[in-house]
Parts: sequence; structure tokens; C-alpha cells
Amino acid sequence: MLKNNTFIGWLMALPIMAVLVFFLVLPIAMIVMVSFWKATEFSIIPAFDLGNYEFLFGSNVTYRVFFNTFKYAFLTWVFTLSIGFTVAYFLAFHVRSQTWQIVLFLLCTIPFWTSNIIRMISWIPFLGRNGIANSTLISWGVIDQPLDWLLFSDFAVILAFVHLYTLFMVVPIFNTMMRIDTSLIEAARDAGASGAQILWNVIIPLTKPGIMIGTIFVVTLVMGDFITVRFMSGSQSANVGRLISNDIALLAYPSAAATAVVLLLTVLLVIGVMLRFVDIRKEL
Amino acid sequence: MEPRPRSFYLLSAFFALFLLFLYGPTITIAILSFQGPGGGLTFPMQGTSLHWFRDLFEQQAVGDIWGSFRRSFVLGLMVMVTTVILSVMGGLAFRKKFKGSSILFYLIITSLVIPSILISLGVGLIFSQSGLEVHWSTSGFGAQLTWTLPFGLLIMFAVFNRFDKSYEEAARDLGATSWQTLRYVVLPIISPSLIGVALFGFTLSYDEFARTLLTSGSYNTLPLEIFGMTTNVTTPVLYALGTLTTVFSLLMIGLFLCLALWSTRRKARAGSDAGKGML
Repeated sequence: MLKNNTFIGWLMALPIMAVLVFFLVLPIAMIVMVSFWKATEFSIIPAFDLGNYEFLFGSNVTYRVFFNTFKYAFLTWVFTLSIGFTVAYFLAFHVRSQTWQIVLFLLCTIPFWTSNIIRMISWIPFLGRNGIANSTLISWGVIDQPLDWLLFSDFAVILAFVHLYTLFMVVPIFNTMMRIDTSLIEAARDAGASGAQILWNVIIPLTKPGIMIGTIFVVTLVMGDFITVRFMSGSQSANVGRLISNDIALLAYPSAAATAVVLLLTVLLVIGVMLRFVDIRKEL
Repeated sequence: MEPRPRSFYLLSAFFALFLLFLYGPTITIAILSFQGPGGGLTFPMQGTSLHWFRDLFEQQAVGDIWGSFRRSFVLGLMVMVTTVILSVMGGLAFRKKFKGSSILFYLIITSLVIPSILISLGVGLIFSQSGLEVHWSTSGFGAQLTWTLPFGLLIMFAVFNRFDKSYEEAARDLGATSWQTLRYVVLPIISPSLIGVALFGFTLSYDEFARTLLTSGSYNTLPLEIFGMTTNVTTPVLYALGTLTTVFSLLMIGLFLCLALWSTRRKARAGSDAGKGML
């Protein structure tokens, strides 16, 4: 019986496995292989050459760019977590009717199903030199000159990340909060806990798995991004993803591949650490 | 009902601000896309007109938008159907707790967290090195599946974790074959979630950028076309296009949500006839 199960299981999982092998495993293998190849101006040549890695680790730019990547990931994480947690808390514990809960939750998730590129573009009229933010601040008399750092800056990059990815925090945190047994909260209240104590000692510990899943989403999305940084910084800042995409634009595939391998290892390492704190399969 | 605590009003205000933050920019470009012919990318509005929408319909003004829309739409449908079928099969496979299923599980997680540009680069390299031509319907299609399948499969995991096995047992006891059990019992029960999977499949594909970048070949999909426009178009025609595709996305989302609602209602109605046939 068990043997039969394994056979049928594999048979049904075969199509998904085939897709993942061909479009995930093989591409990764290919990237690892090409990262040892050599490049001329016109083509790439199979070789076993550590030059790409030597160049990568020998260059100061690499360390700066990796530092930048972590900085974006950390700042985005702080903001998405605090906003996402507050929103999920409101939805789960303060909205009383289930219909309203569903409606408001959907309102939070709908942007996820629309285009990221357009959501980035839509910041232009707001942040631009003559944009809404500057003209409002000037009319209030807060500033005399328009601020230049609103659009095409690190500020804009973080803002866009928070705008794009906060719902990746809201959804898993809300999901875990909805499964908290309300009698636990009542018990805490009966035992004399204040609202803040309930939040800190009961709700936050029980919400940790959701927080971890949201964190994994946000951190990996930000670390692997290249388009938000390029667009929102006006090509003035760089993260690892942009380093890779610049190499690709120059057709320097082996060098792009070496950077990609290091990026992948970094991301997997970060995820590996986080997975120690949460069992994803149990949370579904 | 007990009265609302003061924190409720603070949190409501916070939530309202959050919604404003989420939707404000999109609404702004929707308004600005009706900018008069002399207007620019920011306020003030120089009158209102449909000038920029008209521009979209003139072929030479802005690249091959309608062609790329058609490709994105077809690709979205292809990805949607494939995602639904493969996710259901995968979800059913995982219920068998077969040996080696954890390998597949970790592959799914990897597929979800891997930086998109690696898929783009890797698939592009495989196709170019083996002499195949990259095309949106082959390499682009596969690259997008690596993004939609994890979502589809995770939804199926969540669904089957909550699935009451006694329905299947009842069907089997009544003499249903395993195919009949699947077709007449399991699939109807999970159908609202399948609509959810379809929604993810279609919209994630329709909007996907990074994984299609190096895998779509010489014919762009819509997000690629729009991104190309950001570097050389500096008129509100960009906003007009953004508004149109957002409206299209919203219509699709609305359609899927209505379908899901309808299917849940129908299920609730059909589920209540238990015992009627006995009389």
C-alpha cells in the first residue's frame, strides 16, 4: 500500500516536478556552470575559471552593493512589519463583523494582483519636483524650495518597497491572528492583564509564525529586486540585482552568473536561518 | 455590544491612512490620465480630455501596445489553466504523503524565494546555449510558472489541510470509484479555492516583469512594453496606459471574486439537500 502511494504520488506530482526541474533546477545549474566560464567581447566560452569570483570579491563595489542590499532589506522589513502588524491587528481584533473583515482584507490584497511597474510609475506625480508632496509642503510654508530627494533617491526606493510589499506582511500575520483562540485573550484579561500586556505577552508571541513568513517574503523580494531600485532611484543607487542586470545588459553573462550565485547563496542562508524559527508546513 | 475602546478609533484612522497610501498614487495617475493635450506628468491639470487615451489607439505614437496586450492576455490564460491543473494534481499528490515529497516541497519554496532575475538569466542562458529561440509562449511561459505554481500549490496545501476526509470515505462506502470520488465529491468541494488559484495564476502572469525580461524574446509582453515606455515616453500617455491596464486587472479580479462568491453560494445551497433523496 505504501509503495503504491509513493508511485501514484510521484505520478501526480510529475508535471509540477518536470516544470520545476526544467525551469528552476536546470537554470540554477546553468548559472553555476556559466559562472566559471570566460567572456570575450562577443561570446562566452566554456572554461573552469575562478576569475569571475576573484574579480567579484576583489572589488569594493561588491561590498558596497551588498551592504546597500541589506540596508534596503532591513529598512523595508522594519516599516512593512510595523505597518503590516498594525493593519492585521486592527482587522483581526477590532473589526467585529465577518463581512467587513473580508471586505477590508480584500481591499488590502487587491493591489497585489495589479501591476508593480504601474504602481511604481504612479509615485511620479506625487514625489516629483513639482509634485503633490512638494507643492503641498510649499503652500503650508514648511519649505521654500522644492525638495530634490523625494523622487529618485533611497527614500523613494524604500517608499516604493513598503508600498509594494506591505501586504506580504498583512496576509500571513492576519492569517495567524485569526487562528488565535480568543479564550486565551479573555483569560489574560480576567487575570488582570492590561491591553498592552495582552498585546506583548499573548498576541505577539502567538503571531510569530505569521511574522516569520511575512519576513521571509519581504526580505527575499527586496534582496532579489532590481527593477524597483533602478526605477525609483533614477539609476543612482545599486543593489545586487542591479549589478546582475547591468552585467546582463553588457552581455557579460559569466560575471552576471557569478554575482547571481553569490546572491542566491546569501538569500538561501538568510532563509535557512529564518526557517529555524518556523515550520512553514504547519502554518498552512 | 460593549462600547468601542479608544484604540479602535486610532487604529481605524491608521487603517484609513494605509488604504490611502495603497490606492492614492494609482488614483492620482488615473485622474492625470485625463490631462488636457498641453498638460504634463504632474498637476495642475491643463483642462480635461481624452487626448492621451486617443493617442494609445494610434499605432505609431507608442510602440506595439495592442500586440503586447494580446500576448500578455493569452499567456495569462495559458499560465492560469496550467497552474490550476498542476496545483490540484500536486495538492492531491501531497495528500498521499509519498516518499520524497519533502524534496518537492523544498523545490516549491526555492521557486518562491529565488530572486526572479536568476530564473530570467538561467532560462535565457539554457535556451541560447542549446540553440533554442526564447519566445514568450515557451521560455516565458515556463519562467512564469515558477512564480505562479508555488502560490497555487500553497493554496492547495491550505485547502487540503482543512479538508474533511469523511466526505471521501462516505463516497467510497457508497461504492464510488476513486475517479468518481474526485470528480463528484472532492473537486466540487474545493472549487471556490480553484477560482482563487486561477486568479493568482492569471494576474501574476499578466503583471510579471522580472521573470519574463530575458525569456520573452523579440515580442514583448505588456509589462515589458510599459517599462520600455518609462525610459522614452514623458507624456501622460503613460498614465493613460497604466490606468487602462489597471482597470483591466480590476475587472478580472472582480470577475474572479464574483465567480468565487457564486460558487461558494451554490455549494452552500447544494450542500443542504442532504437526506432529501431518501424520502
